[in-house]
Parts: sequence; C-alpha cells; structure tokens
Amino acid sequence: MQAGTSRQIPGTTLFDGAQAIKGYALNKMCYSFNSAANREEFKRNEDAYCARYGLSAEQREAVRHRNVLELIAAGGNVYYLAKLAGIFGLDVQDLGAQQTGMSKDQFKAKLTAAGK
Amino acid sequence: MAKIVGAITTSHVPAIGGAIARNLRTDPYWKPFFDGFAPVHAWLGKVRPDVAVIFYNDHGLNFFLDKMPTFAVGAAPQYTNADEGWGIPTLPPVAGDPHFSWHLIEKLVGEEFDVTTCQEMLIDHACTIPMALLWPTGGAWPVSIVPVCINTVQHPLPSAARCFKLGEAVGRAIQSYDADKRVVVIGTGGLSHQLDGQRAGFINKKFDLEFMEKLPTDPLWATRYSIGELVEQTGTQGIELLMWLAARAALGGAAKTVHSNYHIPISNTAAGLMLMERMAA
Repeated sequence: MQAGTSRQIPGTTLFDGAQAIKGYALNKMCYSFNSAANREEFKRNEDAYCARYGLSAEQREAVRHRNVLELIAAGGNVYYLAKLAGIFGLDVQDLGAQQTGMSKDQFKAKLTAAGK
Repeated sequence: MAKIVGAITTSHVPAIGGAIARNLRTDPYWKPFFDGFAPVHAWLGKVRPDVAVIFYNDHGLNFFLDKMPTFAVGAAPQYTNADEGWGIPTLPPVAGDPHFSWHLIEKLVGEEFDVTTCQEMLIDHACTIPMALLWPTGGAWPVSIVPVCINTVQHPLPSAARCFKLGEAVGRAIQSYDADKRVVVIGTGGLSHQLDGQRAGFINKKFDLEFMEKLPTDPLWATRYSIGELVEQTGTQGIELLMWLAARAALGGAAKTVHSNYHIPISNTAAGLMLMERMAA
C-alpha cells in the first residue's frame, strides 16, 4: 500500500499509513520513553518491557541490534525512535553515521561540506 | 484592533537547547548561529510584541499516533514543556491567552479550517527553543503565546498550499481581534535536513537559499510543490518549512526581509533565520 502523497525517494521511507500500522507497537513503546521512570524500567529489563508493548519479532530484533534502518523497516518513526536512541546515548550524528555506514567524524564532515 | 508587527522564522534544532544550557553561544561552532539573533533582539526590543502566534510541529511530546491532528490550536492558560526523552533541559512554562485563542479558533473554523482545540497542550523544543532564542531572558517570557501545531510526523501531511491558506486565515483572524495587541507571528523548523534512512545527512543549500529569497516577495513559490517533491528537495524533516510558509502567509501582503541568517551545519541541519515586515502600503 502506498499513500497518495508517497513517491520514491532514494534512501527515504515516508511514514505513511502503511508504516503507521506496521510500527504502532514499536512507536508506542518509544513514546513511553518520554518518562524517565519508563526509560529506567526498559534498562532494567528490556525483554519484559518490549513484551509488554507487544513488539513483533522483527521489531524486537531491531531493538536488540540498536539498528536504525532495521527499526525504520519495522515501522519505526524517527521522532519516536530518537527517544529510544537517547537511552543508548546516541545522538542524531550517531544515527546518521550508522545509517550511512560512515564513522561519526565522516558524517560530520559530510554535513560541514554541505555548507561549502 | 490587534496588529501584526512582523514574522520571524527560525530553526528549532534540539542541540540548540543544550548549547544554551552550557552557555556555548560564543563557541566557534555555535557563534555563527547565535550571532544571527542580535538584530532580531534589537527589533523585538523596539516593537515589543504582547503575543506570539507560533506555528510549530510537535515531535512526539504532546501528540502520539493514537490521535494525530493535522492542525491543532492551543487554548490553554499556560503551556508547559516536558521531558522529551533524549535529554535537553526543560524550559519554564509560557503563559497562554485563552480569550485570543478562542477568537482565532472561531475565525478559523468559520473559514472551514476544522482545527483540533487543546485546553491542555505540552509544548516541545519546537516552541521552547525559538522562545529561548528570541527572548534569552532565562524564562521570564515577555509574551503570551498561541501555539498552532501542524502535523509533520504522520503522512499524509497537509500540502504547502493548504498550510499557506491556514496562515492567511490566521493572519485575518489576528487582525480582526478587538483588542490593542501587538502580535508577532513565528514559524519554527527547517531548513533542509533529514535524520532517517540511508539519505540521512541530506542538506540542500541551493533550495534553502532560493526558498528564503522568494519567501518575502513571492511567497507562493514553494506552494507549487507537492509534499513528496518538498521532501525530495529538503529532506524528511526539511518539510518543516511548512511552518515558515504559514507564518509568512499570516503576515500577509507584500513583505520585506529585515534580517536573515543561514548557517550549515547546526547538528544535522541547515539552520535558517528570517525576520520579515509588511511593506508600507
């Protein structure tokens, strides 16, 4: 299913209705991480926390791998995923580096180069 | 009657909140960005707005996917910032203006913009960081606010043309308010950036600069593009330029750039700032 506004942009997944259906459990868990107590509970028992939100096997594996592209493929939305990444101490340059297969320094250099 | 004194559009990158908290304004990385605000501070000191109407996009603080309004207008007596999960310091609450909010809501729904109304509304970094940039007073905010949230989380997003029309309607509503208020319109977000996917790190300086050049004099320029085309040109989060379009539309008429700044990169983002005023009739 493709939403009406969707178009194919390389390296890009628009978060449309299909993604929203697929990712609901994962995104709902990530949304819960606005609460510090919930972040602590996730850290104490990741398996139990993921099970409580009913993550699919694909979503659970993507969380286990801390892999952003897998999380997006499993329906994750970047605004909610950022809250999960925060638990692991990853900032948006870490996420960018991981998704593009660069080192963090290479990714930062790419950003700086865009301003030249 | 209420008067629109001008429009300000600015990026709202979360890392700015960290830089303010750690007082990095003169750090070499941050200086070209923060220095851009000095002329805006001088202007705000001169025009002294009472109210700010802020077009922004929530990033999963107030709204989740269970209920995702396309357009939402705050009608709260006070707006509180809260923990967003990844650790920037929260900023003090901002006063609302419920009477003014309900006037805007009445007018907008009267013009067939069927907005969601919010008597409780957490405001995230997209509201608080621009506040802190414009009024670096440590939270003794000199304005009350009406937040207007436009969905950029869940596609389908409202088109650029629709956001522009919303802005125009907000502008008309402000100017029909029977009170002696000085109103600044603010649009936050952008410019080009993309956080997700193999295309993460995408920035499009050429498009951004053209967008900024056209915004005062040919504001409909960007409305010719579909959401998909704008994402392609500006990135998945660069689409936040919708807030700039709405703010510009609210200002109305012919406008001029009083001040602008553009700097790459702040975090993963091309950071932009514009201050626009209406041209004298």
